[in-house]
Amino acid sequence: MEKKLPKIEISEKLCKGCHICVEFCPKDVLEMKGFYASVKNLEACISCMQCELRCPDFAIKVITE
Amino acid sequence: MAFDYEKWIRPGKLPHIWCPGCGHGIIMKGMIRAMESLKLKKENTVIVSGIGCASRLPGYIDCCTLHTAHGRAAAFATGVKLAKPEMDVIIVGGDGDGTAIGGNHFIHACRRNINLTYIIMNNNIYGMTGGQFSPCTPTGALASTTPYGNPDPGFDVAKLAIGAGATFVARGTSFHANQIDKLIAEAIQHKGFSVVEILDDCPTTYGRRNKFKSVIEMMNRLKDIAVPVKAAEKMTAEQLKGKVLTGVLYKDDTKPEYTVEYDKVIERAKAAK
Repeated sequence: MEKKLPKIEISEKLCKGCHICVEFCPKDVLEMKGFYASVKNLEACISCMQCELRCPDFAIKVITE
Repeated sequence: MAFDYEKWIRPGKLPHIWCPGCGHGIIMKGMIRAMESLKLKKENTVIVSGIGCASRLPGYIDCCTLHTAHGRAAAFATGVKLAKPEMDVIIVGGDGDGTAIGGNHFIHACRRNINLTYIIMNNNIYGMTGGQFSPCTPTGALASTTPYGNPDPGFDVAKLAIGAGATFVARGTSFHANQIDKLIAEAIQHKGFSVVEILDDCPTTYGRRNKFKSVIEMMNRLKDIAVPVKAAEKMTAEQLKGKVLTGVLYKDDTKPEYTVEYDKVIERAKAAK
């Protein structure tokens, strides 16, 4: 069965570049691209929602079906 | 599925003013999840705050909000609750606002056991005004007004609240984001004065001065020092040195609630006429 990948939306308007999401992602999905967080490796995402939960700036949404 | 925080946020208010990595945003999200899980109504929920970084929170949340004088949040909230006992009143504030300038209001609200929820975001410093030491700054820590180390011992907010008579006291941290909403939800449901102290990080005015290299280091410190209450029962005093207990620290359902008692006073006064 094919793994269903979530959609990770990161708002550049809201992201303040604090690194929290990148650091606490257990699967190393996110990276800092310049000032903002961005998705590096979506394939590895397990939809644990840690990035969405911990983002202090309401910038990340993990959309699963 | 992504949690719909926008439902509780006033349109156009984000991004908020808090610094990159500040835990206040994490706590605000926890609060929103708690309010959503309890299915609170916007028109029936009041959020009251004083002055400070943490006290900017009501500005972002779309329900009845009250931004009051420095340290006086508990006093204003008491007034709101007495006038409208059916409303859910939540007070938010920082450690300086709650335990220094508002220290007296805080302990007396605890003593009365009025049905309010006080969320204290303890970041160990006065962040907004430039990093002066607060009553929760640890001994030896550096602040703009203690450049050679803080000589004062800090307050233990939870013990202070228990001592003053609060009937529900819990402690969480901004690292344990999953736990915040559960503690706050339990506090809101409790009938009586409930205090939730949330240990927080201030990377800008506390972290930088105290040689924390990054927000992540501050978050990991919170992770290291926090010990859940149940785990602490099996630990020795030696092992618990330098640690703080998290979870529900105290709960007492037997003490009478203030608005109920006050209604009785009104009845007695009417009968005496």
